[in-house]
Amino acid sequence: MKSAKELQAANGSHENWVPLLEVATREVFELMLSCHLTTSATAEEPRRDVTAMVGLAGQLCGVLSVCCAEKAAIRMTSLMLGVTVDKAGPEMADALGEISNMVAGNFKNKIAGLGDGCMLSPPTVITGSNYDLHSLADSPGLQVRMLFEDMPIEITLQIHS
Amino acid sequence: MNSIRALIVDDSSVMRKIVERSLRQAGIDLTEVFQAGNGAEALVVLQASAVDLILCDINMPVMDGLEFVKQLSGVPNAKGVPVVMITTEGSEAHVVQAISCGARGYIRKPFTSEQVKEHVVPILEGKP
Repeated sequence: MKSAKELQAANGSHENWVPLLEVATREVFELMLSCHLTTSATAEEPRRDVTAMVGLAGQLCGVLSVCCAEKAAIRMTSLMLGVTVDKAGPEMADALGEISNMVAGNFKNKIAGLGDGCMLSPPTVITGSNYDLHSLADSPGLQVRMLFEDMPIEITLQIHS
Repeated sequence: MNSIRALIVDDSSVMRKIVERSLRQAGIDLTEVFQAGNGAEALVVLQASAVDLILCDINMPVMDGLEFVKQLSGVPNAKGVPVVMITTEGSEAHVVQAISCGARGYIRKPFTSEQVKEHVVPILEGKP
């Protein structure tokens, strides 16, 4: 079994995984929400109303999180389910959890050796912005910011090597 | 293709709804759709109801999808019913494991209704 460090050596530095994280996210939004994410050099930090997290354990250990404003989360839910935004609210946490789960799964399947060697936890979703997240990760996280219908979203992978 | 009864097993209610919508978009006529949040709940559903197709996630609490598929051999209402796994676990090893447990097909999340059609319709039409 390859260690995380061996995987890192085989796949380049963790920084080189950023494009894979971006592609993995784009694919989830395109296939499940029929929506194209755009990138912007000036994409600002999103409101952290909703944070969906999935743990990774095995050859790669860490936490992947998807952060966005409530308005964006409800709109994502409405697109996923094909319902109007006024009917999407009750399903928001479930939908964001599934998005984070699919982004994490899609990301690990793009890295040689991780598909089999890395398990995903069930998603956890935090609603409300008045919190601080303290990661015990021992390497800098990977971060991707994109625009979902002009609303910023942030995908972060904190890695415990 | 005749209308069918489907059982959708996933711990996410959102995903169950998406799978049902994808089946309908794939042109599959559903007369009845049963839902379950894990393998154990699905076995209870099958005690009371016969179905023609089962779509099942792998990672679920209480009883995961692979264990559920293994237990189907002892369920009269599941005899000969095709099972298609729908999961984020997309490695070749997971596919092999699912097929060896008795699944007939495997769809990776994220997916489109076209992919659901490609995987499910041939199975319903009895093609290998």
